[in-house]
Amino acid sequence: MSAEAVSGQRLTGFAPGEYAICLKGIVWREGLRFLHQRERFVAALVRPLVWLFIFAAGFRQVLGMSIIPPYETYILYEVYITPGLMLLIQLFNGMQSSLSMVYDREMGNMRTLLVSPLPRWFLLAAKLVAGMAVSLPQVYTFLAIAWLWDIEAPAIGYIAILPALALSGLMLGALGMLMSSISKQLENFAGAMNFVIFPMFFASSALSPLWRVREGSPSLYYVCELNPFTHAVELVRFALYGQINWISLAVVGGCTALFMVGAILAYDPSRGLLARRGEP
Amino acid sequence: MAVENPELPPTLAIEGVSHRYGARAALIDVTFSVAPSRFTVLLGLNGAGKSTLFSLITRLYAIQRGHIRIFGHDVVRTSSEALRAVGVVFQPRTLDLDLSVVQNLIYHAALHGIGKRQARARANELLESIALSQRAHDKVRNLSGGQMRQVEIARALLHRPRLLLLDEPTVGLDIKSRAAILAHVHKMVAEGVSVLWATHLIDEVAHDDDVVVLHEGRVLAHGAVARVMAIAGAQDIRSAFLALTQAGKVAHDLA
Repeated sequence: MSAEAVSGQRLTGFAPGEYAICLKGIVWREGLRFLHQRERFVAALVRPLVWLFIFAAGFRQVLGMSIIPPYETYILYEVYITPGLMLLIQLFNGMQSSLSMVYDREMGNMRTLLVSPLPRWFLLAAKLVAGMAVSLPQVYTFLAIAWLWDIEAPAIGYIAILPALALSGLMLGALGMLMSSISKQLENFAGAMNFVIFPMFFASSALSPLWRVREGSPSLYYVCELNPFTHAVELVRFALYGQINWISLAVVGGCTALFMVGAILAYDPSRGLLARRGEP
Repeated sequence: MAVENPELPPTLAIEGVSHRYGARAALIDVTFSVAPSRFTVLLGLNGAGKSTLFSLITRLYAIQRGHIRIFGHDVVRTSSEALRAVGVVFQPRTLDLDLSVVQNLIYHAALHGIGKRQARARANELLESIALSQRAHDKVRNLSGGQMRQVEIARALLHRPRLLLLDEPTVGLDIKSRAAILAHVHKMVAEGVSVLWATHLIDEVAHDDDVVVLHEGRVLAHGAVARVMAIAGAQDIRSAFLALTQAGKVAHDLA
């Protein structure tokens, strides 16, 4: 290989086509890896299905549902918690891929990624997009199983949730990356479960409507209202019925932008396992 | 270093680089350069700071002190231009074991903005040169350690870099694979690529290489093998290395 061989290449900056190839490559690899990790896929599905079939069945009689938007009739509890469980899949997925980016079980792959000459912000954002992308087939598979269980949404809903899920998936992935970059408590998955996943999931509108939460505890109601996970759930809930919840869209969009910028700024591979294991 | 053309910036220039992990100093005022089309061995025991230096050159870690330039491009301020010219083989294996050889190579090409068709053509060419064309569609998991390293080197060359960095590339390999990889990389140098090869194995230093002796985070000597031997007053590079590192230890203990 001679020096002349490279002289034809651009020496400064990158063409939009090169960014596109890079993003496509990162998403493609994440997809291939996902196909090879069947256990992870099964685990990701079993979790919400247990909630749906066992938890929801048990509470069917206890929790009567009044008619609240976007629903137009009385609904079963299973129907109510379906959007929350879709987001639960994304929450786990986002936490898993973000933790592996920071405290790197994927050490080698982050090295390979970060020596790419493209700007680091772009590489990290692309990695978040890739993590979000693999959450989509998981959510749709869950919906297909739920459909067999007679939990059906209007046909338009299955298309309308796609952009909503893309946004919420990005938000949760970026949040996971931001939190694991700044907090030592989140070095392992148990920490993430305790400090992020459980609080976010339970203090939200995933399992019960906020008016019901307010009846029980007004202060918890405010916590739920401030929880971005609530808005991600509501965004997807409305989308599933072909509607847009503008407040939720604004909150989720704003949080996505905020968390992504924060995550990229806070990401530092010289911290965490990469540094410790990287030493000779 | 050996031959330096004043008109060309050195392939790799490390200037006054220091790095600490908390209270522990991993690199102390490290300065050396890699001349164009030379095979430069970064020689040091485990813990000398070789991998830390690699992480700094590839902007994996933020540089705390000093400057690193690749073909005159500062790796902090103009990292894209600097990294575009570099191929890296890290010490830990960094291939996706569940993906095929070609899939790994295509992914790497994408990270450099090289599309699938071109990547495939280059991958075939490189795999042919290391006699691994037959294994192109096998999962990496099924390759031997030596073959994985060969694939990693092929991957590092895929975007046609002018500087190749290898961090202990022969660790864990048998003698035959080691020799094959050394010969392969020396061939790259003959074709115009500059190489920085980190190792703790003294017998990987050839008589016409350049050497940088790194010990406990400090550069003790650098230059052509003959020059380093002269500095140490030794007959061969092994005794030169021992003399330098032991003298370094004495100096350190006295300080």
